[in-house]
Amino acid sequence: MQPKLITLTINGRTHQVALKPNVTLLHALRDLGYTDVKNGCEKGDCGACAVLLNGRAVNSCLVLAWQADGAEITTAAGLGTVDHPHPIQEALADSGGVQCGFCIPGIVVSAKALLDRNPNPTEEEIREAISGNLCRCTGYALIVEGIRRIIESKNQ
Amino acid sequence: MLPEFELLMPRTLAEALEMLAERAPDGMPIAGGTNVIPDLRGGRYRPACLVNVAGLPELGGIRQEDGILVIGGGVTVAEVLDDPLVARYAPVLREAARTLASPLVRNRATVAGNLANASPAADMAPPLLVLDAEVELASREGTRRVPLKDFFLGVRRTVRQPHELITAIRIPLPPAHSRARFFKVALRKANAIAVVNSAVRVDWEYGLGSREYGLGGREYGWGGGLCRAARIALGAVAPTPIRAWEAERALEGQSLMPEVIAQAARLAAEATRTIDDIRGSAAYRRHVTEVLVRRALEGLWSRE
Repeated sequence: MQPKLITLTINGRTHQVALKPNVTLLHALRDLGYTDVKNGCEKGDCGACAVLLNGRAVNSCLVLAWQADGAEITTAAGLGTVDHPHPIQEALADSGGVQCGFCIPGIVVSAKALLDRNPNPTEEEIREAISGNLCRCTGYALIVEGIRRIIESKNQ
Repeated sequence: MLPEFELLMPRTLAEALEMLAERAPDGMPIAGGTNVIPDLRGGRYRPACLVNVAGLPELGGIRQEDGILVIGGGVTVAEVLDDPLVARYAPVLREAARTLASPLVRNRATVAGNLANASPAADMAPPLLVLDAEVELASREGTRRVPLKDFFLGVRRTVRQPHELITAIRIPLPPAHSRARFFKVALRKANAIAVVNSAVRVDWEYGLGSREYGLGGREYGWGGGLCRAARIALGAVAPTPIRAWEAERALEGQSLMPEVIAQAARLAAEATRTIDDIRGSAAYRRHVTEVLVRRALEGLWSRE
């Protein structure tokens, strides 16, 4: 099981990293310091590790790092920072949708994927879009509310 | 941490088939990984070698050729949801795709992988069974096609040999007067494995049951048209996804009056070989089967 040099472009920055074949993208990202990508269940149930892989929201725990060789990856921290938050991040914070915060990076990624494809989603479509993201604080109502606010503020 | 394995990264289908042939029976294809990776972690299997088939150019795309809707072996469930050909010719497959796991999983999971994994609860199986789909299996030696109804052998067992890869799923375009629906019951509305899933399809005698003639649909009850052919497929109620043959026969040549539908639903429940498990009891599954088949038959004229 020899390591191989692969290229990952993460939040616009290109990394070359030698990895063994059994390393998932989740672990590769966290080991490179992208710890906003959370390790929850490691079986694709919780969505805490969601990232955009070439623009598509996926569970990074279910992708082998070698499968992402050459791909563009965006994490929640790549969308915005504390100083310059993305409107989704701002809305979730303002709505009170962030409780313990563990699920939020994944929720942000799922919400971004939704709004990129469908700038005017219904509440049902919002719920559908985050159905792969578990919030163990069960704060879904305010999370949905937060995402809804972004759409409303854009439409004003 | 995942167990150790060798990972082969072919660039073409021919290379992949060569690798699978050389490594059989210890090589295993991996595409979206949404089943394979949790199963590796859980120890369900421990292949010495994985062959990555995600992104192989020959396996992409959904196309229509000679009366067949061809879904490439690498097509994801999300791609099925977005595809206009599927929406037009196989809306029942789209209906099922919308209930499979979550958007995060659907962006990786392939239709072929859902079949190859051979879970009794596979959501892609019932719609593809009622659509008379065929599975195209390729190996270094050549290509063969297997009707989906003959593909599953048991829980997580199929006729696919270790050196074979699903390269396409082939769906004959249904006739114009064909309608199909998919219904699923799970413990949650989303991101949940089916307790029971079911697809039904009815091909009507030309015209008689159609909206255009004003005889079908809710307004006139279910007796407007004659059922020429019926298909009922059930998941999570037997070791493999199954067809309910007796129930189908009870519909054929009939007007779908409430008592005909009720009888077919009862026969469908009798076709099950349910078990108790964490998601539901055998008795509950039988009961839900009857209800789902009845609702699906009643729902043939409503929008998905």
